Amino acid sequence: MPDSPAIAHGAERSVYNADNADNADNLHVEHPPYLRHHFNSTEQQADTSSFAMWLFLLTEVMFFGGLFTAYLIYRNWYYPAFVAGSHQLNVIWGTTNTVVLILSSFTMAMGVWCAETGRRKGLVLSLSLTFILGLAFLGIKTIEYHEKWEKHHVPGFHYSLSSFTEPQSDPAIYAEYHDKPLAPDMARHTELYFSLYFAMTGMHALHMIIGIGILGFMIFRARAGAYTSGHVTFVENFGLYWHFVDIVWIYLFALLYLISRHQ
Amino acid sequence: MSGQNEHAHHIVGPGVYVVILFCLLIGTGLTVWASFLELGPWNPIIALAIATGKAMLVVLFFMHVKYSTKLTKLTVFAGIFMFLVLISMTLADYMSRAWGSW
Repeated sequence: MPDSPAIAHGAERSVYNADNADNADNLHVEHPPYLRHHFNSTEQQADTSSFAMWLFLLTEVMFFGGLFTAYLIYRNWYYPAFVAGSHQLNVIWGTTNTVVLILSSFTMAMGVWCAETGRRKGLVLSLSLTFILGLAFLGIKTIEYHEKWEKHHVPGFHYSLSSFTEPQSDPAIYAEYHDKPLAPDMARHTELYFSLYFAMTGMHALHMIIGIGILGFMIFRARAGAYTSGHVTFVENFGLYWHFVDIVWIYLFALLYLISRHQ
Repeated sequence: MSGQNEHAHHIVGPGVYVVILFCLLIGTGLTVWASFLELGPWNPIIALAIATGKAMLVVLFFMHVKYSTKLTKLTVFAGIFMFLVLISMTLADYMSRAWGSW
């Protein structure tokens, strides 16, 4: 009966809480403090925020997708240079970092489970392990970047072509791959490989740094008892972000380190 | 956590996470091992196939897409499909030009 405001109001309120349907004239029905008033239920609120998080992650897919596409196009274009550039990367460090990141995704997933089941200590432990593994990843990345810096493989004024025009001048790499010397114009394009290498791994590392910062904040909050009393949205959505960053690395590892080892 | 406050969604337990962790580690081992083999054009194909398999495990289980709403499933699928359209059209354009160096 739309002309009866009291009944219409009661019908609307009953959506908030089926148990309280008979209590229809109660203006402010009991609901968890974290339920925003524009949502019907905590379930709807959780679904909505997870949907929004996925939309954000899809913009991230497009962002990294542009870098991946540029990499694939230039790799086909200047193939010998990209193969020679790729031979400069250390597969052992790359594999170690992949394992570190997969482990951190596992500890993050365990953190989400701890939050969902109300385990405060477990959540703090999981988040702390994720934090430490994230730092370990960045530490290994720093070792790799430092090596590129020392060999003058960082694009710019001090970039050195000698590893590519005279492979014997770089004995450790030569012993493993026996690369033939590149002509100077092709060797020049190794700089493009390293530009993309630093752009892609650098953007990935920036995402890791942001993630580690948020993890620190979450550990601080979780120690005070947050996230384990029903409102797990923040932990869940951060988990989605962290796993996404893991997936980006899975592809970076394959494309940058693995696919050019034999050519 | 009682009555209406409880999350209605599926909670994925540690057992599933441990299994997925081991699958991901095995996948990493496999892809590194395959990169040491001399397989010509198959090297990148195998590496990308294993990477995609690992990514799917992460998306379905760690990111709970297997257990989430149809809206989320459709969103994820539509996004990945759009990305594949963009990347394949771009690469098809570059590779079908008579620029000689391809």
